[in-house]
Amino acid sequence: MTIVNIDQLHLYYGTFHALKNINMNINEKSITAFIGPSGCGKSTLLRTLNRMNDMIKGVRIEGSVNIKGENIYAQDVNVELLRKEIGMVFQQPNPFPKSIYENVAYGSKIHGITNRKQLDEIVETSLKNAALWDEVKDDLKKSAYGLSGGQQQRLCIARALAVNPEILLMDEPTSALDPISTLKIEELIQDLKQRYTIVIVTHNMQQAARVSDETAFFLNGEVIEMDDTATLFSNPNDQKTEDYISGRFG
Amino acid sequence: MNGSTSVSNTSINNNEKTDKQQLKHMMKRKRKNKFFHAVFFISTLFGIAALLLLLGQILIQGLGWLNWDFFNNYSSRKPENSGIKAAMVGTLWMIGITAPLTFIIGVATALFLEEYAKDTWISRVIQTNISNLAGVPSIVYGLLGLTLFVRMLHLGPSILAGALTMTLLVLPIIIVASQEAIRAVPVSQRHASYALGANRWQTIVKVVLPSSFAGILTGSILSLSRAIGETAPLIVIGAVAFIARLPDGLLSKFTAMPIQIYTWSSQPQEEFHHVAGAGIIVLLFMLLAMNALAIFLRNKYQRK
Ligand SMILES: Nc1ncnc2c1ncn2[C@@H]1O[C@H](COP(=O)(O)OP(=O)(O)O)[C@@H](O)[C@H]1O
Ligand SMILES: [Mg+2]
Repeated sequence: MTIVNIDQLHLYYGTFHALKNINMNINEKSITAFIGPSGCGKSTLLRTLNRMNDMIKGVRIEGSVNIKGENIYAQDVNVELLRKEIGMVFQQPNPFPKSIYENVAYGSKIHGITNRKQLDEIVETSLKNAALWDEVKDDLKKSAYGLSGGQQQRLCIARALAVNPEILLMDEPTSALDPISTLKIEELIQDLKQRYTIVIVTHNMQQAARVSDETAFFLNGEVIEMDDTATLFSNPNDQKTEDYISGRFG
Repeated sequence: MNGSTSVSNTSINNNEKTDKQQLKHMMKRKRKNKFFHAVFFISTLFGIAALLLLLGQILIQGLGWLNWDFFNNYSSRKPENSGIKAAMVGTLWMIGITAPLTFIIGVATALFLEEYAKDTWISRVIQTNISNLAGVPSIVYGLLGLTLFVRMLHLGPSILAGALTMTLLVLPIIIVASQEAIRAVPVSQRHASYALGANRWQTIVKVVLPSSFAGILTGSILSLSRAIGETAPLIVIGAVAFIARLPDGLLSKFTAMPIQIYTWSSQPQEEFHHVAGAGIIVLLFMLLAMNALAIFLRNKYQRK
């Protein structure tokens, strides 16, 4: 089942043509990886999916992004509700300078949940879903800044899960982490697939090969090739894809 | 074979030469380093010595005159009966009006400039003006206050006119300090908030303000403590020097501590200089207390 459909999408930063005619379908409850050398437009495309690009001055978009059949760039779209449906995890863990509890509860409070018991429940479930509960359950009142980098990133995942999104966007979520934390997050991503649609940008081809169901290869603002991950890595159609995955550039 | 030895000889000679040069160079740098170390140390000593001298002189002059009566008396023709009551209460009234006004207007302006109107022409115009205003001499604010508040708004030489004039004077400083504190909140935290579906107002209230609160508060208190020490604008708007009752409303005539101190120290009688010294001690103590409060609040609210 397709949940995201990107149709003839172009994006310009001022006069710079950063995304060129992107056409793509993303499947529900699967993991889609974006790979490609840095500067090729992976993060830019990811940010078009929850309209975080709106905040960058001079961005112009043509074409459409349809999520569950609705163009999110249509006039009457409520961007705040859209972002509630589509969570995002960033490259650098970015917890708020608040307690662990307050970090996870933040989104729910924003969206109007005030009942303490309900919040407690949401915090616990989200932390469990992010595989962090056992490590922090006695320290919920402590500052999130006391956690390790890997824990902080899982906290950010918990925070995103707490508002109950359908899609989770992750922009190189492990690039700032050590190998063990990376492994934990990769396992977590595999688990989350049962409930969420995940789109992950990664700089690391092995990671894409390990975790994703489908992979899209980007180059200079274009999607060169998209296929299921096993096929793309073992039997790419395009010479450029083959060059990249065999490490000839990038 | 010969050739090669001669080559290696010259290269050794060269090395020795450069070694010697380097050594010389290093000695020179070390000497330079020592020299400037001494210069800076002496400069620091000079500053500290001047400060100690000043403090010492004031303490010697004023400490003996500092007693309960000094706080409980109005100013008087006789030095031994002179007290700081009216001036201290006047200053407290002024701070009481100026502090909330500058804080609210200053933080709101800083938020508007940083969060709403960033990089628009209007914010650039305001920004330039504010930066310039922060450097305007305080007497100019006095003249502005005299025209605007005392005359045009008919407030007279009142506490309210004084407080509003001080508000104008402090505002640019508070705005700039608040802007810096707001700017120091990492963009990544705003992004985290927006990505969860928060709107701009929610992001400001729940992320930006809590993170920048310590900085804003510190900046505000420090700029207010500057206002406490200002004399010129209050003299210009007509605050009086000798006053023998407490203010009973916003439109009362008033005096303030620096004015009172200035008046005492310009009296011919030697005894009044001691009274002025006692006044300065009280003023300094108030300033120190405010700075201590700023440090305390910064440590308390600084993000962990
Ligand atoms: N805010 C921006 N303003 C202008 N150009 C940008 C901006 N963000 C990214 N770009 C440019 O767009 C291209 C794609 O960037 P990005 O999507 O971050 O690449 P990737 O994530 O694949 O490394 C790069 O050439 C980058 O310089
Ligand atoms: Mg990127």
